[in-house]
Amino acid sequence: MGEYTVQELTSIFAMQGFAGISLFSVLLLMALGLAIIFGQMGVINMAHGEFMAVGAYTTYLLSVISETYFPGFLQYYFLFAIIASFVIAGILGYLTEFILIRHLYKRPLDTLLATWGLSLIMQQTFRSIFGAREVSPTLPDWLMGSYQPTEEIYIPINGMFVLGLTALVTIGVYILMYRSNWGLAVRATTQNRVMSGAVGINTKKTDRLTFALGCGIAGIAGAAFTTIASTGPTLGTLYIVDTFMVVVFGGAASLFGTIASAFTIAQAQSILEFFISGSMAKVYTLLTLVIILMFRPEGLFSIKVRK
Amino acid sequence: MSKFKRRKFLGKTAALLSAMVAAGFISTSAMAMDATTTGQAVTDTTVTVGILHSLTGTMAISETGAQQAEKLAIKQINESGGILGRQIEIIQEDGASDWPTFAEKSRKLLAKDKVAAVFGCWTSASRKAALPVFEQENGLLYYPTFYEGLEQSHNVIYTGQEATQQILAGLDWVAKEKEAKTFYLIGSDYIWPRTSMKIARKHIENVLGGKVVGEDYKPLGNTQFGSTINKIRLKKPDVIYAAVVGGSNVAWFKQLKAAGITSDKQTLLTISVTEDEVLGIGGENLEGFYSIMKYFQSQNNPSNLEFVKEFKAMWGEDSVMGDVTQAAYLGPWLWKAAVERAGSFDVDKVVAESEKGDIELTAKAPEGYVKLHPNHHLWSKARVGQWNKDGQATVVFESELIEPNPFPAGYQ
Amino acid sequence: MNFVYERLLGGKKGMLGLIILAVLIFIILPLTLDMFRLSMVGKYLTYAFAAVSLVLLWGYGGILSLGQGIFFGIGGYCMAMFLKLEASDPESTKIQSTPGIPDFMDWNQITELPWFWIPFESFGFTVLAVITIPAIFAFIIGFSMFKRRVGGVYFAIITQVIAVILTVLIVGQQGYIGGINGITDLKTLNGWDIREDSAKYTLYFINAVLLFAVLFIGKFILTSKFGRLLLAMKDKEDRVRFSGYDVANFKIFIFCVSAVIAAIGGAMFTLQVGFMSPSFVGIVPSIEMVIFAAVGGRMSLIGVVYGTLAVNFGKTIFSETFPEIWLFLMGGLFIAVVMFFPNGIAGVWNKYGDPQLDRLLDSKLLSSLKTAISKNKTSPVEDNK
Repeated sequence: MGEYTVQELTSIFAMQGFAGISLFSVLLLMALGLAIIFGQMGVINMAHGEFMAVGAYTTYLLSVISETYFPGFLQYYFLFAIIASFVIAGILGYLTEFILIRHLYKRPLDTLLATWGLSLIMQQTFRSIFGAREVSPTLPDWLMGSYQPTEEIYIPINGMFVLGLTALVTIGVYILMYRSNWGLAVRATTQNRVMSGAVGINTKKTDRLTFALGCGIAGIAGAAFTTIASTGPTLGTLYIVDTFMVVVFGGAASLFGTIASAFTIAQAQSILEFFISGSMAKVYTLLTLVIILMFRPEGLFSIKVRK
Repeated sequence: MSKFKRRKFLGKTAALLSAMVAAGFISTSAMAMDATTTGQAVTDTTVTVGILHSLTGTMAISETGAQQAEKLAIKQINESGGILGRQIEIIQEDGASDWPTFAEKSRKLLAKDKVAAVFGCWTSASRKAALPVFEQENGLLYYPTFYEGLEQSHNVIYTGQEATQQILAGLDWVAKEKEAKTFYLIGSDYIWPRTSMKIARKHIENVLGGKVVGEDYKPLGNTQFGSTINKIRLKKPDVIYAAVVGGSNVAWFKQLKAAGITSDKQTLLTISVTEDEVLGIGGENLEGFYSIMKYFQSQNNPSNLEFVKEFKAMWGEDSVMGDVTQAAYLGPWLWKAAVERAGSFDVDKVVAESEKGDIELTAKAPEGYVKLHPNHHLWSKARVGQWNKDGQATVVFESELIEPNPFPAGYQ
Repeated sequence: MNFVYERLLGGKKGMLGLIILAVLIFIILPLTLDMFRLSMVGKYLTYAFAAVSLVLLWGYGGILSLGQGIFFGIGGYCMAMFLKLEASDPESTKIQSTPGIPDFMDWNQITELPWFWIPFESFGFTVLAVITIPAIFAFIIGFSMFKRRVGGVYFAIITQVIAVILTVLIVGQQGYIGGINGITDLKTLNGWDIREDSAKYTLYFINAVLLFAVLFIGKFILTSKFGRLLLAMKDKEDRVRFSGYDVANFKIFIFCVSAVIAAIGGAMFTLQVGFMSPSFVGIVPSIEMVIFAAVGGRMSLIGVVYGTLAVNFGKTIFSETFPEIWLFLMGGLFIAVVMFFPNGIAGVWNKYGDPQLDRLLDSKLLSSLKTAISKNKTSPVEDNK
């Protein structure tokens, strides 16, 4: 590496570190919603990616509205868009649970088929409303560009934004799940539904809110990812496999597991990508995960639950 | 089963079956009546063609413009009196972004509907799947997309540019204009970017005397470019040469901009961004970067101004026209020219006329001028466009007319 | 005789079901459809292999694989490699810089046939590979999963990830395996032109015969003691285990069998369609196969054949007539099947059609025959209610 100065290498090292952390936050934000739904309820939500798309399209709508009617608002709409995405995706999730999912708790594998059907319907809905082409919300200026602590180090602001948002959502989920009465009810229901019902927990309502929360977080992820990636009717399919991988590798029913898993996958992929072609890096990462899962099929961290 | 009843049952079944067979024959002979001697769906007043693009699935995004342009061209041809006195009728099929569906629908269009020509396909994979069907049924396909070359079929007219036509002139330009010596190649991981990069690398190393400092391929649909951007920063190439497609493309340009790699510091040349893609990427994320194409919507010539006006009138003021859209528009016009010379819709005759190599379009060629080469591709110019914030490009360079060369010796 | 009648044909009702299906596939469809539609049916029937494999694995074994596309793909690719080598003889590839190798290798500067392609010059090896490679692959996956008692949702997702890896690998390795375009332009099988209409007819019937063979094998497995154990495992795995059976071995076995069945479908697909591409390996085709099984009725071998035909015809017809709304219809169909008809077409038949048939059988037809065989109970497995 004689052709590079020490300073250059340090800068690259720092930026590469950030790239890894940034990927970590993206994976975690994608997976959090799914981890809650899958981990706590055992439901495979194949439409998770489409709930992310709901968030992305909400952001797009708000950007168009504020561009047309309130140009002065364009610098701030994005914060509202995140909240709106959470609320709208959450409401849709609530309805989905009410109409679809609650009939299928006894048949977890069937939820997969039903939510796959739902994802087809949602994709076509996006296509009918917003057109088949990708759209691009106008992002506020403060989200673009990069922060330059030194001459050679560039830290993307949208990356930092996603990182901050992920931290916020993760802490929120932690408090909700482990420090609130509601979280206690959710965890109790996961461990023993009948018993929880017997001690006075409204398990049906708990399920519905859990599902809505998971979908709402997917909506937040979708809104946040408009800053780094594309918005189109098939957006969800880009993310769904990675998302499942993070959750399964982390082990269900474990928030810490999901975090650790997102971190491991992100670092492995980001470091590999630096040295070999991106496409092979992906193959090696996934292959390693599958091999590890063959030896430790219950995931990195898992609570022993009686079947 | 008692003997008697079985016989009765068999008798009934046989009667049913023969009725069905008879119905089959009747419908077949009814169809034969409206076909002319060529066996195609041509009557005294109409001729039927097929349009085969994805209306659903992931590729619907890209293929919309192409099928709109084909319909526009057909409408214009009909308004000006049709072909050989016949109005063109369209049978549209959905390829559904699924390659065997393309093969299946091609077979339907050719074997069942007996269309005289098909305008369609977008990805190479869909063309490769449909190609054996066209060759077997002796159909005629007008294929609009710029592609990797390495193909020349009797049954296909390629109205987009093959790889060398698109790539070489642009590389020459950037080497001369920007004094570029070092290049970083990045693309999505499939055949078109890989073939294009291979040609680019040979040209950079053997002809321009430059150096490729990095080559990277991302899986289709990848949305994370952090590590790649750092690699680029480390290598400090004079030019980033990109062929990233689909949803990845949007992520790639957004993340480049966020990482501070903008056109004032870095020259970037891409072969995968047209006006269509800019809608999704956002003009502000592309501003100042360059695309090499053969057509840009902003071209200022009478044919193009007319084309843009008509296209917007038919498909809405917000429509944009990219390179492939324009190439798709050429298809029906090239077919019309060849059919009128041949005086027949017969595929072999139409191909024979096309292979004479002197069919030209000027008034109906928004890109300016094209000529059909005996090798089934088009002579066309390469153009470099610089993107503006509004999603339109300014043409900054225009090459001479380039001969198509789908099997470029020395580049393979 | 009794063995064949009761177990393979499934008693009188099972036999009637098989006869109706056979009449449909062997007589009615070939007589009424033109070549274009018939070869489409032929293609759909190759998917039916995968659906049948899922009846064994998912319907009876309770193991949902979201990776049947892997095995369908392996079977298809094995066959495609053989056909491609035959299509790439030095004579027809003489314009290449290295004649005699597949065209996509030549474009990727590969000058020598890679080692793993060489055995595929032999048809015998290819047929063997179509059967053994998926079985070995399934054994490795199954062994590591089932021995550690992984099942259910985890198994589903891990098979899905394997399908993704395989797709990325195939797309990325275009010099060796054809990349995203797949292996195309296949022409002859041992000199026999598979693109001719007559060949397509022949292949259609070979395919149909193989499908029936698979149906019989499936029925044989399900009516054996093993089939009963499988069902028992699905309902109360622990009890079977405590009874002294090694549950994992049974699961591995049925997973391997289902892999082989799907692979046969893949090989027949390549022969009939004339190419193979990574778009049959990934998530979407794998889930679609599950959906064929679900719509047809996951507990009915014959039902899923109808299910496969129905879904695919629906897809073709809707996308021809209303391309804009077919995703709505498909999505709605899947939800409806899961919510209201969990046993699919076969379930609806059992509820409404079957009692009618019973009455018919009891009253008029076969009444004489019925007394003759009344001492034999109908098979407990097929059409279980």
